Amino acid sequence: MNAAGFPVLSLLTFLPLLGAVVIMAVRGDEASIANNARWTALWTSFVVFGLSLLLWAKFDHAQPGFQFVESAPWLPEFGVGYKMGVDGISVLFVLLSTALTPLCILASWESVQTRVREYMLAFLVLETMMVGMFCALDFVLLDMFFEGVLLPMYLIIGVWGGPRRVYASIKFFIFTLAGSVLMLLALIAMWHYTGTTDIETLLGTRFPASMQTWLFLALFASFAVKMPMWPVHTWLPDAHVEAPTAGSVILAGVLLKMGGYGFLRFSVPMLPEASAHLAPLMFALGVIAVIYTSLVAFAQTDIKKLIAYSSVAHMGIVVIGIFTFNVQGISGALFQMLSHGVVSAALFLCVGVIYDRMHTREIALYGGLADRMPKYALVFMVFTMASIGLPGTAGFAGEFLVLMGAFQVNFWLAVLGSAGMVLGAVYMLYLYRRVVFGALTRADLKSILDLSPREVAVFAPLLVLTLWMGIYPSSFTSFFDASVGAMVQHHFAALSLPHATELAGNLP
Amino acid sequence: MNWTLALPEIVLSVAGLGILLTGVLQKRDASTLCTMLTLGSFLITAVLVAQVPHGVAYNGLFVADSFAAFAKILILAGGALAAVLAIDYNEKQGITRFEYPVLMLFSSVGMMMMASASNLMTLYLGLELQSLPIYVLAAFARDDVRSSEAGLKYFVLSALASGLLLYGISMAYGFSGTMDLARLAQAVDNPAGVSTGLVVGIVFIISGLAFKLSAVPFHMWTPDVYEGAPTPVSAFMSTAPKVAPFVVLLRVLMTSFGHLLPQWQPIVVVVAVASMVLGSLAAIAQSNIKRLMAYSSIGHMGYAMVGLAAGTEAGVRGVLVYLTTYIFMSVGAFACIIAMRRRGRQVERIVDLAGLSRNDPGLALVLAVFMFSMAGIPPMAGFFGKLYVFLAAVQAQMWALAIIGVLTSVIGAYYYLRIVKVMYFDPPEEAFDPRPTTVSFVAYASGLFTAAFFLFPAPIVGAAESAAKALFG
Repeated sequence: MNAAGFPVLSLLTFLPLLGAVVIMAVRGDEASIANNARWTALWTSFVVFGLSLLLWAKFDHAQPGFQFVESAPWLPEFGVGYKMGVDGISVLFVLLSTALTPLCILASWESVQTRVREYMLAFLVLETMMVGMFCALDFVLLDMFFEGVLLPMYLIIGVWGGPRRVYASIKFFIFTLAGSVLMLLALIAMWHYTGTTDIETLLGTRFPASMQTWLFLALFASFAVKMPMWPVHTWLPDAHVEAPTAGSVILAGVLLKMGGYGFLRFSVPMLPEASAHLAPLMFALGVIAVIYTSLVAFAQTDIKKLIAYSSVAHMGIVVIGIFTFNVQGISGALFQMLSHGVVSAALFLCVGVIYDRMHTREIALYGGLADRMPKYALVFMVFTMASIGLPGTAGFAGEFLVLMGAFQVNFWLAVLGSAGMVLGAVYMLYLYRRVVFGALTRADLKSILDLSPREVAVFAPLLVLTLWMGIYPSSFTSFFDASVGAMVQHHFAALSLPHATELAGNLP
Repeated sequence: MNWTLALPEIVLSVAGLGILLTGVLQKRDASTLCTMLTLGSFLITAVLVAQVPHGVAYNGLFVADSFAAFAKILILAGGALAAVLAIDYNEKQGITRFEYPVLMLFSSVGMMMMASASNLMTLYLGLELQSLPIYVLAAFARDDVRSSEAGLKYFVLSALASGLLLYGISMAYGFSGTMDLARLAQAVDNPAGVSTGLVVGIVFIISGLAFKLSAVPFHMWTPDVYEGAPTPVSAFMSTAPKVAPFVVLLRVLMTSFGHLLPQWQPIVVVVAVASMVLGSLAAIAQSNIKRLMAYSSIGHMGYAMVGLAAGTEAGVRGVLVYLTTYIFMSVGAFACIIAMRRRGRQVERIVDLAGLSRNDPGLALVLAVFMFSMAGIPPMAGFFGKLYVFLAAVQAQMWALAIIGVLTSVIGAYYYLRIVKVMYFDPPEEAFDPRPTTVSFVAYASGLFTAAFFLFPAPIVGAAESAAKALFG
């Protein structure tokens, strides 16, 4: 059953908590606590990352079902259990989470100087919640992780954030919670209907058509906020601007993916009719997000806000891809989420580098950085290009696949979706030109230093990943090809079945 | 006649008399001794509650079943924790008297009577025995104007509510000819033939009990009394005296008037919705943390009532799980409030908590746990309470109620978050005085229960399940 031979997913999920306990136990003066906390967090996250590579090695690409499954009784009378497992859709998100956490800790090495112990604690707890959320195969368990993510993130934004951090953190919390409680209702309804919250069983359950619509809308409320989709995206720019760099990285890199993951785990396979029925609405929201937020991004004067809006636009592409219900579209959406996880995380780290030096994010206050920071200019350029979707970088394959999938559905959908790529090029290049090129006029920029070895160490893996995903995307797509194929098959099989049958499909 | 079924109550009452005597006969101050004896007798009583056989005694006046046992254990736990909180507080406030634990003990006896009441008369006597000591307790700091005001206010309004309840009981008796809960059920088994007078009686009974629960629209006294009463008394009032009327309400409505569900369900729904909405909106503007807790308890009673409104076994189970999680987080939060003492003076504004996470990370962490739990954020215990009541509402097809419930919980999350914000995001104020061990114990023990509930929900949920089954027999 379990290819690893030991409960690897539970270990991945709860190992960070062990690190957290160690950090809490550290005693001494302020400086030594901070130092110990940093190293403990770094080592813990490295060990977790190392362990997660086991998934990369041992994952069976040909099998569409769940792997590394483990389960234990929790509330057996109610059909609720502790069940973990990954399939092609979730396995790479687990790896993304475990890969980004050590980078975040490394990135905050010097920029976070106050309450380091609590900061590292929050990050390790956050890692537990993220990994657990992608591994959970029980809806109640998943919901606990899904909402549990809010707690550390709320503190990270609120304690270590910028001047308007209180507003941003509470807005973030309330928006997401409002969505999550509606998901909780959908969970309860599904639980009531099937008598279990086991996701594998739910995937094989055929809900009545009228119920599907309501379930879809309730789940949509949650995932749309998390994703975020227009018009409930407004918490994101605030949260990003106020969050510390590493908080933004996790927010953009992993937390935004929870919405897309939710659509792919619940909405599309469990509610095929409602999904098909409401797909036009999703397309409309996706296209609006792509075009509108791209235009908004163009008008921003704050670098982080610009990248935040670009995230919303990229997520619009993901939504379009998911609801095309064909292999290209869904694979593209998955790939786009992964590449966005790497690229936007890297872009926020890029902002963090100059913010640490100049303590401003105003685009107008920069310019001509290429003179003093050639290494930085190169790194920033690669990620800018990846964000635009230049062929050969991570951003290309995903967008291309999504547009190919969209083209099969509707010509205009593909045209409007590709408008996003054009607009993306406009605002990203404009940003890059204003920050990196031009004359170095401001006096305080004249002494700015290039990337330190620590920063190079943070960027190097992301750079490699970006190019790897761009040049040879199959090493990533091969993970989810089987699962996506099965999902699409299941979707059309469910649609073609007459509704009298209670159980349909044999998706894993 | 099987009088041994009431052994826990009898033992506790006798112990109370003995403790009172001990207190009187001691030359020096005996309050600590009396508190310890009270805690000991609570413990013995709890063991007895778990041991006594189930059955009906005293000619149908008294019933011992697993539903009553569940409620009694909760009542004793809440009472014991609140009694521990008072030890140090009373001493520092100069209101140390040995009567304090004795009053709490007799109030608990009344609550246990309520939990076991199978006759409207037992119910009423239990309710009065619960309330009378609390009037005294609320005014325990008798030299403090606010405390005296709280005691008087609670007494006057509570007397009115008792009158309503008694009037309702007399109507029920007049129109059905019996006060026995089981026989009442037979009298009303044909909903079509039920007289309006009986329904009016039920409305009065619900009103009287809703007052004790501080459910809207009978909540007016709660913020003032919570604010004015000594904090350990507020802690006590927010726990056990909420459990007892609730279990009585469950027993009366589910067993006797179960057939009249269509008649009383709308009332409960309205009360639940009003409590949830008011509890979440009115708390936002509060600056005093005790008043905030008062509004929070109003809201929590609303959520628990969602389970009652469902009118099913699952609903009862949900209510019991909710009450269990609620009393621990409530008593824990009050323990944190008692710890808010600066230069020997008790402070109770929310801004006094500013930067607590820097000065006292442990206290800030447990208070944050309670706040997140009250907001219903997983993995805290409060999440499970909400999960089970909303599950019951959904099973009963009460979608609107469930949706209103979850949305008000989002609004409510705002003010719980505000407390976390003050503790974690704001610059620190002067540190609090060192905490006594008793307060730390209650705070940490409840915090551990609240935070670790998700690891072992099965025994508690299972116990609630069998308690709910016993009620439907």
